Amino acid sequence: MTATVQSPSPGPIAPPAKPNLLYRPEFRQAVYQILLVIALIIGFWAIAHNVAVNLARQNIASGFGFWTRTAGFDISQTLIEFDNQSTYGKAFWAGLMNTLLVAGLGIIFATILGFLVGIGRLSSNWLIAKLATAYVEILRNLPLLLQLFFWYFAVLKNLPGPRESISLPGGASLNVRGLYLPAPVPESGFGYVLAAFGIGILTSIAIAMWSKRRQLATGQRFPVLWTSLALIFLLPGAVYLVLGQPLGFEYPALRGFNFQGGMAVQPEFMALLVGLSTYTASFIAEIVRAGIAGVPRGQREAANAIGLSNGLTMRLVIIPQALRIIIPPLTSQYLNLAKNSSLAVAIGYPDFVSVFTGTVLNQTGQAVEVILLTMLVFLTISLLTSAFMNWFNKHIALVER
Amino acid sequence: MAEASRQPSRRVHGAAGAIVLDGVHKWYGEFHVLRDINLVVKDGERIVICGPSGSGKSTLIRCINRLEEHQQGSIIVDGTELTSDLRNIDKIRAEVGMVFQSFNLFPHLTILDNLCLAPVWVKKQSRAEAERIARQYLERVKIPEQALKYPGQLSGGQQQRVAIARALCMNPNIMLFDEPTSALDPEMIKEVLEVMSELASSGMTMICVTHEMGFARSVADRIIFMDRGEIVEMAPPEEFFNNPRSDRTKQFLSQILNH
Repeated sequence: MTATVQSPSPGPIAPPAKPNLLYRPEFRQAVYQILLVIALIIGFWAIAHNVAVNLARQNIASGFGFWTRTAGFDISQTLIEFDNQSTYGKAFWAGLMNTLLVAGLGIIFATILGFLVGIGRLSSNWLIAKLATAYVEILRNLPLLLQLFFWYFAVLKNLPGPRESISLPGGASLNVRGLYLPAPVPESGFGYVLAAFGIGILTSIAIAMWSKRRQLATGQRFPVLWTSLALIFLLPGAVYLVLGQPLGFEYPALRGFNFQGGMAVQPEFMALLVGLSTYTASFIAEIVRAGIAGVPRGQREAANAIGLSNGLTMRLVIIPQALRIIIPPLTSQYLNLAKNSSLAVAIGYPDFVSVFTGTVLNQTGQAVEVILLTMLVFLTISLLTSAFMNWFNKHIALVER
Repeated sequence: MAEASRQPSRRVHGAAGAIVLDGVHKWYGEFHVLRDINLVVKDGERIVICGPSGSGKSTLIRCINRLEEHQQGSIIVDGTELTSDLRNIDKIRAEVGMVFQSFNLFPHLTILDNLCLAPVWVKKQSRAEAERIARQYLERVKIPEQALKYPGQLSGGQQQRVAIARALCMNPNIMLFDEPTSALDPEMIKEVLEVMSELASSGMTMICVTHEMGFARSVADRIIFMDRGEIVEMAPPEEFFNNPRSDRTKQFLSQILNH
């Protein structure tokens, strides 16, 4: 009788009967994942096998044996010593250094220009705001390749020849072959000037730390910026004059058909650097503007209402909050700039892709190895950049709850 | 403590009236937000402003610390006239505290840093001194234990009390409240109103835009009813609630009191 009544039993609750294996979510998930892994392995094996068979049929040896062979070509601009007797391995590093150089400088210039233009778009000055808007709308709406062609062919390749080159202040010259700058030649005693410069920087850092502590302790502020500028520039300047100007310059001079001596910056490099920086700056400007506009209006009002001036409001309240909106998309722009530097191929700057994935690949025919290495290099650059930016972003993230 | 935080020397302009608005007009484009506002607030007086939304009450008090610019007439705060002279604006903002409907605490700073920011950077107090005063005010608004938390970790009522403490840290003569309880749940409204009542009894000059009529009745010296940019009625609470003269006031009161 009692067995038929469905009353709550006073004893321990019996676990519900397990459903059939097929209907358990854990089991199904495991099965799907195992199937996917098997499919991937089969797919990769098929591709690898296909490549190996085809390479063998064309008598191309695979592997990295080419790494230590002589490259036999020249690279027009390198940061490390390289000539046509160097190895393919060295060509890899020479190209990589060139890419890192243009990407690194490009990121710095694009960030500075982008912040200036972005803040300019929010300016209450009509002319500045319109100029910044025009800059952004023109630069970001034209293809980058076109802009590189513009800088290279329309601007730099239209400069006069060496004999009619444009003289710039300080003994520099600009012509169709590039920008020629005086090269500094240190003489005896110049070490003291460098030492004074180093001491200036270290003292400035110490003063900045001391001044911050003093402000926390007493509320008094110290003109850190002006003192630092004086220490960093006037101190080594004074030492330089006292020691009788121990720094010579080797000025580029016109000999025959071209300039000799000094430092030469190639037009290909200039065009790529200017093109990449100005193009990416237009995107960074929009990101900066969005970041600042994304801080609620009440924040500025509250800061004003407790007496903070507009400059202090920007520095202590708006920018710290805007940065947290700015950083993630800014990272994407840095990655874009690094990857877009491979457009160097189009204007003949010997970047990594042009040297390694272009010339080296053509000469060796090691397509699989070269392409894999190229992908690995760009992945490494990009992942390191975003790892750093993520760390920075975490550092300034807001605490909520 | 209320007396300790106010310096008697600041009361020099008391006789002249802490705030004098004379024939103030303001337009947003074509829209006439403030029409001929004349108001004298004496030192230590507590004013409550009410009225339907869009009547210009927030704009009026935002003109007093120049978050909004008036276009005609004059505003004199503690003897200093508000003009486009930046020095006057800075001087007045350091003397006038303001509390907003949406708190507007700085989310990237701790509660203590929120309170110390202006005293350290504007009044050039030492951090230790600013912190000591900040902790006093946190005590006064009854949340000393939250000093090291971030605004996002506090309830709405707690955040608004921090906002009041932040304004008080600048040792203002005048406090402006712009609908301080409108964004709060009912049980939190009470804790904020208690702090405001305590502040009122300490002799602070207060102008408060609010629809909390219980608070207005018990605390205000005068209640102002605004509609369409004009001051329609201005009277002590008894007279305001029992004997409103204008029909618009009667209609407004019947709407907000009868439910």
